Amino acid sequence: MAAGRAEARHDEANEPRSPVLRFGADRPLRLDAGITLSPFQIAYQTYGELNAARSNAILVCHALTGDQHVASRNPVTGKPGWWEVLIGPGKVIDTNRFFVICSNVVGGCLGSTGPASISPLTGRAYSLDLPVITIRDMVRAQAMLVDHFGIDQLFCVIGGSMGGMQVLEWASTYPERVFSALPIATGARHSAQNIAFHEVGRQAVMADPDWRGGTYLEHGVRPQKGLAVARMAAHVTYLSESALHRKFGRNLQNRERPTFGFDADFQIESYLRHQGMTFVDRFDANSYLYLTRSMDYFDLAADHGGRLADAFAGIKTRFCLVSFTSDWLFPTEESRSVVHALNAAGASVSFVEIETDRGHDAFLLDEPELFAAIDGFLRSAARARGVEVGP
Amino acid sequence: MSVNHTNRVDLQVMADLIAPGSRVLDVGCGDGALLELLQRDRNVDGRGVELSQRGVNECVARGLSVIQGDADSDLVYYPDKGFDYVLLSQTLQATRNPRLVLEHLLRIGRHVVVSFPNFGHWRVRSSLFFKGRMPVTADLPYSWYDTPNIHFCTIRDFVGLCTEVGATVESAIALNDSGQRIGLSMPWWFWNFFGQQAVFLLKR
Repeated sequence: MAAGRAEARHDEANEPRSPVLRFGADRPLRLDAGITLSPFQIAYQTYGELNAARSNAILVCHALTGDQHVASRNPVTGKPGWWEVLIGPGKVIDTNRFFVICSNVVGGCLGSTGPASISPLTGRAYSLDLPVITIRDMVRAQAMLVDHFGIDQLFCVIGGSMGGMQVLEWASTYPERVFSALPIATGARHSAQNIAFHEVGRQAVMADPDWRGGTYLEHGVRPQKGLAVARMAAHVTYLSESALHRKFGRNLQNRERPTFGFDADFQIESYLRHQGMTFVDRFDANSYLYLTRSMDYFDLAADHGGRLADAFAGIKTRFCLVSFTSDWLFPTEESRSVVHALNAAGASVSFVEIETDRGHDAFLLDEPELFAAIDGFLRSAARARGVEVGP
Repeated sequence: MSVNHTNRVDLQVMADLIAPGSRVLDVGCGDGALLELLQRDRNVDGRGVELSQRGVNECVARGLSVIQGDADSDLVYYPDKGFDYVLLSQTLQATRNPRLVLEHLLRIGRHVVVSFPNFGHWRVRSSLFFKGRMPVTADLPYSWYDTPNIHFCTIRDFVGLCTEVGATVESAIALNDSGQRIGLSMPWWFWNFFGQQAVFLLKR
């Protein structure tokens, strides 16, 4: 069973059920690690139509465990797209008006080149032979995809969490190619606490005997237990104390009293176990190592002599940042420091903090105030850019 | 941050002072009424700072470029002369350090427009003089113990502060109870007595 699942995952990594753009030896991806990745591929989805002026494209950047299936059924899980509450015909990001692009990040496991992809050198999965991927590497690859569509300037780049890091990197690296930017629940660097949580997750994966030093795919096994534990720990950080208490309290799971054992007595335990179990069915463990690492390495100020404002010097991009009051992974202060840097750079910036107890994951949920802010920001940007947005 | 929403005739008076097409920062922009007016009528490139998150969220939903922030602590992040005009509408009296705020405004903007309620107005004086109580009027609706307005001043006080920080008064307008301008020919003491609010255009 485990081997069968491993093969299904393997297929999605190399032959995804979404469009794929393949870059040959003539178009390598230059990596921050100091080497080039070639050949490589990007799996992506698009929604809506690119207009004649090529001015209505919105690039959506996904978070750590997201994928390109942002507004359509996910072929692996069978669930709706991860941001269908926001994106689609008649939605806040209206695919009748905008051309929406979302690609699987390089280092991911749903069809863009990542550790589960077959290396052309060995004919086996890269596993840990893949160089460490950075947020900027992901963005460089996305820029090559955007080039493929003949788009000089994206109308908007939007994303939450790790996706928000990509948005900031996009604006900093390609300011003239980003008309407006919407980084949500994110920061310009990963905090020590966040690196710590990621390290706990990685150690859980690597402690699983089935990880096999990263070569599990060759052995037809997968470190499911380790990855599930990593997901359980991470999932707690995506929520908030008050939301957990509201949803689960100390309620017991299908029983009247504690069993005086180590079964999942509490509902929260059962919930977390479920989160861990379902995650391993859709995600590659090595990919989890690579993507968590990319976030840890992200420090936009450090890339610009320690001064974050210098990352945005002279930028014309219009920004709207959003944070959530109960997000302890990327607390409001992280967004505020980006806002201060953008102010110092003289950039156009809006900043909305939304009151909610749903924690970091609030950006993925139906949050009317979030949608109102995105709607108002996009409409005003569309007026400035001369893009038709409708009533 | 903008704490006096009851009588906003000062908005149009302030808007009239702004050159079309300029870069404007509205500190304490409230619900964004002035920014919206300026964008519509004067085609400005407008930004706002507002203390209340509700105000900010409303502004952004209306397509205005506004951030949550505090005039007392956040102006330090803005570069020198980053804006043609910095506006402070009905907010100065609610800051912890009005002098420091004014100095930041003069640093950030080529011109500064400040509007504030005049504590030298005859109604305020008469409340103190005859009733011996802090004034609660339609214009200043708060009781002394829960007011956000912690640094009231009179028109003459404000002129004194301008001198102290080396600001040049380019233009000054006083509005009476019914929101009408008080004649320019009138002396300061007249303004200070009958002006319910004042609007100053400054530079340094």
